[in-house]
Amino acid sequence: MENFKNLLRTKKKTVISVIIGIAAFIICNILIKSGVLGRQGAGLLVPICINIMLAVSLNLIVGFLGELSLGHAGFMSVGAYAGCLFTIHANLPTVIEFPLALIIGGLTAAIFGVIIGLPALRLNGDYLAIVTLAFGEIIRSIINSLDFTGGAGGLKGINKFSNFNVAYIAAIITIVVIVNLVNSRHGRAITAIRDNIISAEAMGINVVFYKLISFVMAAFFAGAAGVLYGHHLAILKPGTFDFNKSIEILVIVVLGGMGSIPGSIIAAIIITLLPELLRDLSDYRMLIYSIALIVMMLSNSSPKFADFREKIASKFRRKTRKEAA
Amino acid sequence: MQQFCEQLLNGLNLGSVYALIALGYTMVYGIAKMLNFAHGDIIMVGAYTLLIASTRSGLPWYVSVLLCAVVCCVLGVSIEKIAYKPLRNASPLTVLITAIGVSYFLQSSALLIFGSNKQKVDSIIKIKGFTFAGINVSGESIVTLGVTVIIMIVLTLFIKKTKMGKAMLAVSEDKGAAQLMGVNVNATISATFAIGSALAAVAGILYMSSYGFVGPYTGALPGIKAFVAAVLGGIGSIPGAMLGGILLGIIESMAKTYISTDLADAIVFGILIVVLLFRPTGLLGKKRVEKV
Amino acid sequence: MALLTVKNLGINFGGLKAVDDFSVNIEKGMLYGLIGPNGAGKTTVFNLLTGVYKPSTGTFRLDGELLNGKSPIEINRMGIARTFQNIRLFSNMSVLDNVKVGLHNHQTYNIFDGVFHTPKYVREEKAMDKEAEELLKVFDLDKEKDFRSFNLPYGKQRKLEIARALATKPKLLLLDEPAAGMNPNETEELMSTIRFVRDNFDMTILLIEHDMRLVGGICEEVTVLNFGTELAQGKTSEVLNDPRVITAYLGE
Repeated sequence: MENFKNLLRTKKKTVISVIIGIAAFIICNILIKSGVLGRQGAGLLVPICINIMLAVSLNLIVGFLGELSLGHAGFMSVGAYAGCLFTIHANLPTVIEFPLALIIGGLTAAIFGVIIGLPALRLNGDYLAIVTLAFGEIIRSIINSLDFTGGAGGLKGINKFSNFNVAYIAAIITIVVIVNLVNSRHGRAITAIRDNIISAEAMGINVVFYKLISFVMAAFFAGAAGVLYGHHLAILKPGTFDFNKSIEILVIVVLGGMGSIPGSIIAAIIITLLPELLRDLSDYRMLIYSIALIVMMLSNSSPKFADFREKIASKFRRKTRKEAA
Repeated sequence: MQQFCEQLLNGLNLGSVYALIALGYTMVYGIAKMLNFAHGDIIMVGAYTLLIASTRSGLPWYVSVLLCAVVCCVLGVSIEKIAYKPLRNASPLTVLITAIGVSYFLQSSALLIFGSNKQKVDSIIKIKGFTFAGINVSGESIVTLGVTVIIMIVLTLFIKKTKMGKAMLAVSEDKGAAQLMGVNVNATISATFAIGSALAAVAGILYMSSYGFVGPYTGALPGIKAFVAAVLGGIGSIPGAMLGGILLGIIESMAKTYISTDLADAIVFGILIVVLLFRPTGLLGKKRVEKV
Repeated sequence: MALLTVKNLGINFGGLKAVDDFSVNIEKGMLYGLIGPNGAGKTTVFNLLTGVYKPSTGTFRLDGELLNGKSPIEINRMGIARTFQNIRLFSNMSVLDNVKVGLHNHQTYNIFDGVFHTPKYVREEKAMDKEAEELLKVFDLDKEKDFRSFNLPYGKQRKLEIARALATKPKLLLLDEPAAGMNPNETEELMSTIRFVRDNFDMTILLIEHDMRLVGGICEEVTVLNFGTELAQGKTSEVLNDPRVITAYLGE
């Protein structure tokens, strides 16, 4: 009863988000069942959910903790291999096996999150970014040279367990957990570290703990996303999880706005659909990404542009307030 | 023993290239306080310039070298002016993401212009090698080592003796104070990018003379490894970059021969992590204290 | 016994004695001033007392508990909070959230509660909001609670820093030049706010300040630092009239 009252009391925004979430789920299901999307369109829904998971989790590190991680694909690959090896070797009913694989993949990646999080306790900024890059490359080289991962040839014989419903639920869980975390005292502590680490310490914030927690959480969801990915393509190759994959996730986060979860979601959808919609431009994809990165950064830091944006935003706010009144 | 000596020579050769690239990283890091992620891709641009100038157009070697240096200089300085200068006061995160963007821009532009296939670049080094005590010393090795040593000496003298060199030292110590003392900070930073890019061009030429093929991603990995070398030696330190580069080259060669080709890169990156964790200032770097 | 007892505190930076043999006793409820010319080592004393620097010599105790060698985080939890000379707000967070970060360690809900928004989360967040808003009201910042803190005018940013430090519920509050950059009217207002905080929050306050009207107006006792050592210590009115102090400030 207490819970129910709380639910009623929560802000309008949350209610709207829940409605959007459920509506998107129903609409997508109708579109798949009725065949409007076609095979190709339906095939894109799982990658969209995977990219949402990757971007939202990376945003916790980049947007809220304020550190650059260039090894997100590394977390993804560790999770993917752990989860896929599990479903290959375990002979359980799918209903049990697949959710278990998602959790195992997530946890394995989370352990690597601790390992990468440890240097983060001593380093920050450029050095930490390079260390995460190095970790990603080390993971890739090791997977490449091991036998039980299938080496450079890839891991084959994975069941195609991933479908829209599972991927959608996984993405929703990722979003809810990270949004809730960010809106809690723990999330405020993480954001405080980003804004000013010295005064965060002076306020008694346990910087070590919160840096670690951010990496572990982000790694967990990236790992789970990797498991979905493996069971979507039915094959894993170490080459997929290279530096470029990490950058692609970073592009999504930056385009959506660092520190904006709705932004990450929208950008993940656009970036996944874009190559399919603009097939003619596929050669230019990386070029467009790179220009987008530079322009986003320059415009965010240029005072003129910031003023302009603020003006638009305040106008918009005033309008909505008037409408509400 | 003979194999060991040959690998040592290989390592020195590779290490010299790393050292030249690492110099660019370390100078830019010391002066502009930023990690110029695109620095490695300047090598690639230098290599493509060499391909066009020397292999395709048959220009004499000194014209080709000069052309490479000029193209890379102009590119480096333009990148700084367009992409980095507006971000002088931005957060390190913003600058780093921009630098990654620039790196990607250069790579994808090269991909569009030259295609993804690697292309053969003819070596412009015509000196013949010799055999000493059963060890083959190639002409490329002689030139690479010679050029690197000369550049190191000239650069050290430049920093110590010239006005611009001293201005660079001043800006790296304290940008604000240097500006108040009448140092033109913008010009100094431009000069740093110009020198760093010219060194990258030379590194690119030497790299091509030993490895022979250029593709859009040729610069990426040597670039990152050279950064590892700069960190290993102590970022901001010029002797550190030389030492780090040479050490890294030798370690990589040895790891490839005696441990595993697949894992050589992992070992190089592992060294980076260990160094950063236990001695973040590198072998020859200075400690910095943050003011509260 | 005094709330804060500092004995022979000192620190060297590469041979330079930035602070040497600094001792002071501050009684509970006192408003204490730390003054001295630029570069005298005042902020270094604050950095020592908050664990940013580790002292080379000497000890300091809060309520009898030995604090030297502890980290800034531990020291804050033991009851010393501070503001910064160059304002260090969480500039992209809202004014309210800045204060709520200060309240962080006085809430008990764990990560699980935070991630699933359990009833405990809801209850504690609500209490937190109320407490933070009350604190903002004291500093006349309640109308700006949803502003991003970097959008506040300078004087209000200084006030928000004090509010944020108070939110950690310290026993001792260190204010590093709270009136820097304020006009006389704002300083006047700040003086009454500081007095109000001392009286209503039962607070002991140690402050660094250059504005002698503020120091003379509210501090009961002061210590004068010069070149890292104590030049004078005692009742404010007496110390400020000490010829040695005047010389140190104005030169021979």
